[in-house]
Amino acid sequence: MTPLLEIQGLRTVFRSANGDIAAVDGVDLTVPRGRTLGIVGESGCGKSMLSLSVMRLVPPPGRVAAGRVLLEGRDLLTLSTAEMRAVRGGQVAMIFQEPMTSLNPVHPIGLQITEAMRAHDPRASAAELRDRAIAALERVRIPAPARRYDEFPHQLSGGMRQRVMIAMALACKPKLLIADEPTTALDVTVQAQILDLLRDLQQETGMSIILITHDLGVVAEMADEVAVMYAGRVAERASARDLFGSPQHPYTLGLLGSVPRLDEDRERLLAIEGAVPPPFALPQGCRFHPRCPFAIEACTKAQPPLEAIEPGHLAACIRAPVESAVELTP
Amino acid sequence: MSLLDVTDLTKHYPVRQGIVVAKQVGTVRAVDGVSFRIERGETLALVGESGCGKSTTARLVLRLIEPTSGTVRFDGQEVSGAALRTLRRRVQVVFQDPYASLNPRLRVGETIAEPMEVHGIGDATSREARVQELLRLVGLAPFHAQRYPHEFSGGQRQRIGIARALAVQPDLIVCDEPVSALDVSIQAQVVNLLKDLQRQFGLSYLFIAHDLAVVRHMADRVAVMYLGQIVETAPKADLFAAPRHPYTQALLRAIPHPDPRRRGQVTPLGGDVPSPMNPPPGCRFHTRCPFAQDVCRKEEPVLRDIAAGARVACHLAETLPPFAVDSGDGLSDIATRRLALYAAAKERRASGVG
Ligand SMILES: Nc1ncnc2c1ncn2[C@@H]1O[C@H](COP(=O)(O)OP(=O)(O)OP(=O)(O)O)[C@@H](O)[C@H]1O
Ligand SMILES: Nc1ncnc2c1ncn2[C@@H]1O[C@H](COP(=O)(O)OP(=O)(O)OP(=O)(O)O)[C@@H](O)[C@H]1O
Ligand code: SF4
Ligand code: SF4
Ligand SMILES: [Mg+2]
Ligand SMILES: [Mg+2]
Repeated sequence: MTPLLEIQGLRTVFRSANGDIAAVDGVDLTVPRGRTLGIVGESGCGKSMLSLSVMRLVPPPGRVAAGRVLLEGRDLLTLSTAEMRAVRGGQVAMIFQEPMTSLNPVHPIGLQITEAMRAHDPRASAAELRDRAIAALERVRIPAPARRYDEFPHQLSGGMRQRVMIAMALACKPKLLIADEPTTALDVTVQAQILDLLRDLQQETGMSIILITHDLGVVAEMADEVAVMYAGRVAERASARDLFGSPQHPYTLGLLGSVPRLDEDRERLLAIEGAVPPPFALPQGCRFHPRCPFAIEACTKAQPPLEAIEPGHLAACIRAPVESAVELTP
Repeated sequence: MSLLDVTDLTKHYPVRQGIVVAKQVGTVRAVDGVSFRIERGETLALVGESGCGKSTTARLVLRLIEPTSGTVRFDGQEVSGAALRTLRRRVQVVFQDPYASLNPRLRVGETIAEPMEVHGIGDATSREARVQELLRLVGLAPFHAQRYPHEFSGGQRQRIGIARALAVQPDLIVCDEPVSALDVSIQAQVVNLLKDLQRQFGLSYLFIAHDLAVVRHMADRVAVMYLGQIVETAPKADLFAAPRHPYTQALLRAIPHPDPRRRGQVTPLGGDVPSPMNPPPGCRFHTRCPFAQDVCRKEEPVLRDIAAGARVACHLAETLPPFAVDSGDGLSDIATRRLALYAAAKERRASGVG
């Protein structure tokens, strides 16, 4: 069976005085049906630009310059504006980090959900839509949904607002939900509720999820497949089990070493020195080389291709696995 | 004698409504009877959900706001009058948002030197030398003194904030979520820096965070807050090995581990935090507590000693089922080996070999 979504050679650029600069630069990804793809990486790695590219919502002056985004074999990048609008909020829906910016503050939440539903089902009666909206609120476990229906976004807690966003996103039964840092702004207790909810809804509906986060704990908890992004490219791709069990790319190692753990005492965290380069100041060769403790001369020459190190486990590093690199170093 | 001794601190905010005549319609009990101590060289972490009163507690300790009641003693002296001036120098602060906390119009050198000027320490020349020394201490370069905050990344700005806090040689630094806005890699850099500085200068920290894994890494002792009150305080090792308050347990269960082998162990705590304007009667946690009994709805539990150095505010603390801490396996063997190689390679680079 074909995967639900296949991203091939995606390149998203911004025009600048010195020509196009790429925020996403040649990304290949696959999202299996009913599964969750986690995308991790530091701030500025291009995670949001990637998801906005899939939705064709890249804000100008940005644009998708190359690549294909195949949803069940159909390239979204070639659809007309009207066709794409039908896909958005139809087969593909998206939720963001800060629900307040995506909810309209002057309308009650019930109205906003029914509007979203009406767009895809113009013949439904007002009473019918109301019932369905209340059912949708109930499904995302909002207590007393009939009462909440008439409330405004500011009357809800951050966690409730994110549930409302999820209710709206799921109103049209999408096959793919893109969640861009959906729990980053929330307390861990509320995060746990939202993750639990997403997992249950996935079981119920069989939808696929792209979950963008910079929290490796959230990835380990939720993702089946993981892509680690660095400076607009995929550095490593594997199943969650393999990525954590046998991390290959030095960037992934740096991230894992940076996370303080509840199950281990370490005197010092293994930080990654330096910071992510912005897209207009990318280093030659491997983009991670200025920060990489394993970098050698060859790393500064050519961009390493994303290649299988183990079956189904890809990494873009000429020295992976690193133990063999170390043996070679005198 | 403790360096900082906080007793029964409260901060209540009146809530007013009405445009012409503002009538008080309620009270927000932002901090409601908080007591703790911090010893020299010690890190006390304050944790809890958003809105539980962590920042208000920090501002009270710093005397940026006046308490409604209660006392703060610093180095044995109650903070007021002349003691306030001492406090202003010896207690410094690092905030969460390095963007908002630095003056965009001042060069970094001026920002770092400012507290020295305010407290009349040194002259222009010695201050300049001190700025250079501080920049080096926090891992920045001397030329950075001439730059403006917008030219720095988030992690670098946090280093500037730390250099500024260190400028007047404080004894205590209040860190209000200093790493919450940073990427894990940068967070690790800043956490390492804070620990190094503590060792070097014998600093004490009041470290506010909502990430318990960061707290476990930083703290000596932990105080857990809920709705304006401390519900549990214990040495770090005890708190993580045997959390006693149902709320502490719930916080720990909510954390996803960076380990897919432990997937599905996260258990969400039901419900939302009640409003601090109308905290529930009796135990404030009873609306969400899986163990709540009648007594919990009627009587407020006091924070009481339960073991050496450990205090808990729960009626049933002694009879609750023990918390099964699943300590996990840490990283896989391969991952551990590769991380060690990474650390060794990094070490070699830092020392200029290889
Ligand atoms: N309008 C724009 N013009 C030029 N560059 C841009 C523009 N918008 C975004 N970028 C750059 O594209 C890069 C990728 O940004 P993106 O928002 O995708 O990162 P991210 O991985 O989602 O980060 P975060 O974790 O902070 O959300 C960043 O370096 C950003 O500065
Ligand atoms: N000046 C004020 N007037 C009225 N209420 C206030 C004021 N400052 C804080 N509060 C309220 O006091 C409570 C505690 O706020 P505080 O900022 O101390 O929480 P916090 O634990 O630091 O939360 P966060 O994790 O979100 O930073 C909140 O309910 C807040 O709305
Ligand atoms: S290719 Fe070289 S610089 Fe890039 S990650 Fe691998 S070892 Fe490091
Ligand atoms: S006092 Fe009662 S309600 Fe409060 S934490 Fe203990 S058991 Fe739960
Ligand atoms: Mg983003
Ligand atoms: Mg705060």
